[in-house]
Order: sequence, then C-alpha cells, then structure tokens
Amino acid sequence: MASVNLVYFAWVRERIGRGEETLELPDSVVTAGDLLAHLKTLGDEYEAALEHENVIRVAINQEHVDHDETITGAREIALFPPMTGG
Amino acid sequence: MTAAPVTVRVQRGDFDLASEVRTLSAGRHDIGAVVTFSGLCRDEAGTLGALELEHYPGMAEAEITRICDEAITRFALQAVTTIHRYGKIAPGENIVLVITASPHRQAAFDGANFIMDFLKTAAPFWKKEHGADGTAGGWVSAKDEDDSARGRWSRD
Repeated sequence: MASVNLVYFAWVRERIGRGEETLELPDSVVTAGDLLAHLKTLGDEYEAALEHENVIRVAINQEHVDHDETITGAREIALFPPMTGG
Repeated sequence: MTAAPVTVRVQRGDFDLASEVRTLSAGRHDIGAVVTFSGLCRDEAGTLGALELEHYPGMAEAEITRICDEAITRFALQAVTTIHRYGKIAPGENIVLVITASPHRQAAFDGANFIMDFLKTAAPFWKKEHGADGTAGGWVSAKDEDDSARGRWSRD
C-alpha cells in the first residue's frame, strides 16, 4: 500500500465532493489509468466524476501526464477536466 | 535555461497593461517590437453576471512558465510577461495578459500567439459561468478549436 495526496479541480472536485484527500492505494495501482479505475470502485461520487475517463486530465507533482504514466513515487496527483483558461 | 527575463503572475487583482510594458522594457535599448495580448471577460448575450476562474495553485504558475520558456527558445524572444487572473471576473474585465518582446515584430507576434494557444489548453484554469440573474451556471466546456489552434504549432 502506498499513500498519495490527491487533489481535484472544477467539476471533478464538485462531483467527488471534496478538493483533496489522502488515500492508501493497493499495489495493483501502477499507472494513472489504474488510479482512475480504482477510484471508480470507491463510490457513486467517484463514478460520476470519472464516468468519461478519457477526458480526465492527470498531473503528477504538478506536471501533465498521460494515463499510461506510472504514478510510483508521486507526492501529489491531480485530476481535473480539460482546461478552459485564457 | 534562457537568459531572457520571464515574469509570470497568477493573481486575483487586475493588471495595468501600460505599466507592465514599461517594466518589461525598462532600461533596454535592444528591443524592437513589443506585442501585447489581453483576454477579456466577454458577454455577447447580456446574460452573464461573472466568470469564476478556478486554478491549480503552484501548477498554474509552473505550467505558464514552461510555456513562456518554450516560446522564448522557439522564437528567440527577449522578454515575456504573462499574467492570469483568478476568482470572479465581471464582463468587460481583464482575464489574461501576454507581453512578448523581440528585435523584429514577427517573432513577438508569433510568440504571443503560441503562448496563448498553449495557455488555453495546458494551463490549469477552469471557467464557471454565473448568470446576470444570480443563478449559478455551468462550467465552460473546452473547445475543439482551441486544441486545433495548439496543434498548428506542432513540428512533425
């Protein structure tokens, strides 16, 4: 088990119902994609937030990554929708 | 790393375009072109009360800095300033400012364009609409044309 800090933004944050949390992840969670699949098993709020998994953006330690990127050693993992700044 | 100065700020308050240009070019005689882009909160239908901009503190500054550094390398810019606001912003108010400087105009134009295209799709900001009648609106959806705008800079 590894402990990781998760942060959520915009409608991902609203649907999950919190902006951040620390979770223990099973060893089977290796990539960002594994993390999304794991979170969806934790409850309806995660299922609703991550329903369209392919549009969810992931950042590890404040840098964008693809879903196949390994999360090993990550201090902070952020999940959020496509960005709409500017 | 680049030697050209990069100023990146993510702030709640407004910015002053003229004073930011003065700061960027102060004491320099090598700059021949300064391009500024300002993005404003727009309300074409007359129904928007405000946009609320959420951001990822830390990553927002880091990502904008990465984009500005890339623009400096790619277009040989002499200086860049990028300021992005967050919080509630009313129609007509400023949201974002990009200033680029170069010896000749084309690099400054291209650099500012490049920074905005990447900023819109890669800087962690999200807009939520609030109605003029006080109702909470929805999150603004990402636009496909913003992805295409970014794609035109790829070099493969």
